[in-house]
Amino acid sequence: MKRNVSSAWRRLASDKLAMISLFVLIAFIVMAIVTPWVSSREDINPVNTGDNPTWASPSREFLLGTDYLGRSVALQVMWGSRVSLFVGLAATLLTIVIGTLVGITAGFFGGWGDAILMRFTDWFLVIPFLPTAIVLASVLERSIWTIVFVIGITSWPSTARLVRSQVLSVRSRLYVDRARALGAGRAHLIRRHIFPNVLPLIMASTTLAVPISILTETTLSFLGLGDPTEVSWGSILNEARQKGAVTRGAWWYYMPPGVAIVMVVLAFTLFGRALETVLDPRLRER
Amino acid sequence: MRRRFVIGKVLGALSTLVFVVIFNFFLFRVVNDDPINSLFRGRNLTPDQLERLRVKFNLEGTKWEQFVAYVQQLLRGDLGYSLKSSRPVTTVISEALWPTILLVGTSTLIAMVGIVIGYRAGWRRGSTFDATATSMSMLTYSMPEYWIGMVALGVFAASLGWFPVGGLNDAGSTLTGIERMLDQLHHLILPATVLAIAYVGEYMIVARSAMIDTSREDYLQLARAKGLREAEVRKHHAQPNALLPVVSLSAINFGFILSGAIAVESIFSWPGIGQQTAFAISGPDFPMLQGLFLMISAAVILANLAADLLYGYLDPRVAGR
Repeated sequence: MKRNVSSAWRRLASDKLAMISLFVLIAFIVMAIVTPWVSSREDINPVNTGDNPTWASPSREFLLGTDYLGRSVALQVMWGSRVSLFVGLAATLLTIVIGTLVGITAGFFGGWGDAILMRFTDWFLVIPFLPTAIVLASVLERSIWTIVFVIGITSWPSTARLVRSQVLSVRSRLYVDRARALGAGRAHLIRRHIFPNVLPLIMASTTLAVPISILTETTLSFLGLGDPTEVSWGSILNEARQKGAVTRGAWWYYMPPGVAIVMVVLAFTLFGRALETVLDPRLRER
Repeated sequence: MRRRFVIGKVLGALSTLVFVVIFNFFLFRVVNDDPINSLFRGRNLTPDQLERLRVKFNLEGTKWEQFVAYVQQLLRGDLGYSLKSSRPVTTVISEALWPTILLVGTSTLIAMVGIVIGYRAGWRRGSTFDATATSMSMLTYSMPEYWIGMVALGVFAASLGWFPVGGLNDAGSTLTGIERMLDQLHHLILPATVLAIAYVGEYMIVARSAMIDTSREDYLQLARAKGLREAEVRKHHAQPNALLPVVSLSAINFGFILSGAIAVESIFSWPGIGQQTAFAISGPDFPMLQGLFLMISAAVILANLAADLLYGYLDPRVAGR
């Protein structure tokens, strides 16, 4: 196992694009973590920004200018990274947990349980994902956890399908039959044989699910469904649009959050694809 | 096509629709069990007025009775009343339908350029063209469609003034006939292109990998052995066979583009389903959201059914003879 990890890492390290992506991701995560140490949340509280110039273009004092309330855009983007990244990661975790549970259960046990679970999965796959997330978020209380829950509950089906098909192929392999013949119980089979073989796939699909979760979080908060007390990249863009930043030509207000979203999403996607290629040699020819 | 295949697909679509109806009811009546109270809280309505609102919005009786009443209402084609405008939800939706069909249809057509690009990229895998096309599609895939919309508005409408900042027509426009249509086209170009940019990447990626899979098939070698030129092999042997995955993608993408229209329409003040959804969120206008969700889901379910049937028709191996 350890040898596999180190050889996978070596292959990944030789992929220049993957390494740049990893660097970008680490930079953003570090920014999200250190923000509370280098600034105070009160700095972007409108109560305290009355003396700042409003709609100021970038200057030495405000690197990315200020908004209609005199709040620094740079600080908002920094604080926004915390919510956007946190929700993106937490929602992905929920997605993967639900998807893996459903996929392993359906694939391992088969029969009518599998049929019912897959019917349910198909329903969720067909009904459009964003509108479902919107109606769910609109009837629930506005909070970060609502967004995490909503994204998790709407995006597990593709993971479930993926995991199920992998479980089906692993289940029929000889060493599983052998273990079963030697008297291994279900729990043992799942823990020792099925799960470890599905894990690489789960890891790659996790990295590829994060950018989707982040995009969904920003869209939901752009539509005003986010936590009203928190700043996220989507909510900054929402406010910028409502206060007419676009028609005023205040590009410093709506460009930075958008560029941040694109960088993080692109980095996760590129890194995820590289990881997928390393973990699944069949994809290497692509 | 085998009849069993068609019936199976139709029943599958129907079951999804039933699931959406139940889910819809569950969300708006069980999770949020008294929308009237939560909306009009603190507005000092008399018990009599509350009672009348409850009847109007079908909130009387047990959950089961409410569900039966809801289904009966649906079967009559009645989606209830908007809380905000008090107009029937069906009227609001039908007014907003045409602009959305126009927008989503145009963007889909533009985004299908991705298929052509993807075929070319997949055919010449590893070429500069392939590398450029793939990285461009990853880039556009990473951009939220509403942000592309904001940037496009800022550059092409606010700064350069080439396009209007929004709407279906100029406000208070008195144009008629062909001039009115041209004006509408002028308003359509920017939002339609923005939506297309956001989704062209998916078409490209799927078309590319379909082409790569097809390019390994033996019948292409056979075609080459027959002495056909490379362009002929691609056009008559590879491309038609690489069409299948693109067909199923189109249905999925239809759902994405329709969803993307929610934010894009509200940015461009495009008076369609998406803008109505954004309005309903800010209320929140629950009956409106419920109706819109049902409508959007039904459209996507139908598109999926159509794609499944088309797939079965194009590839008889799937449907059986």
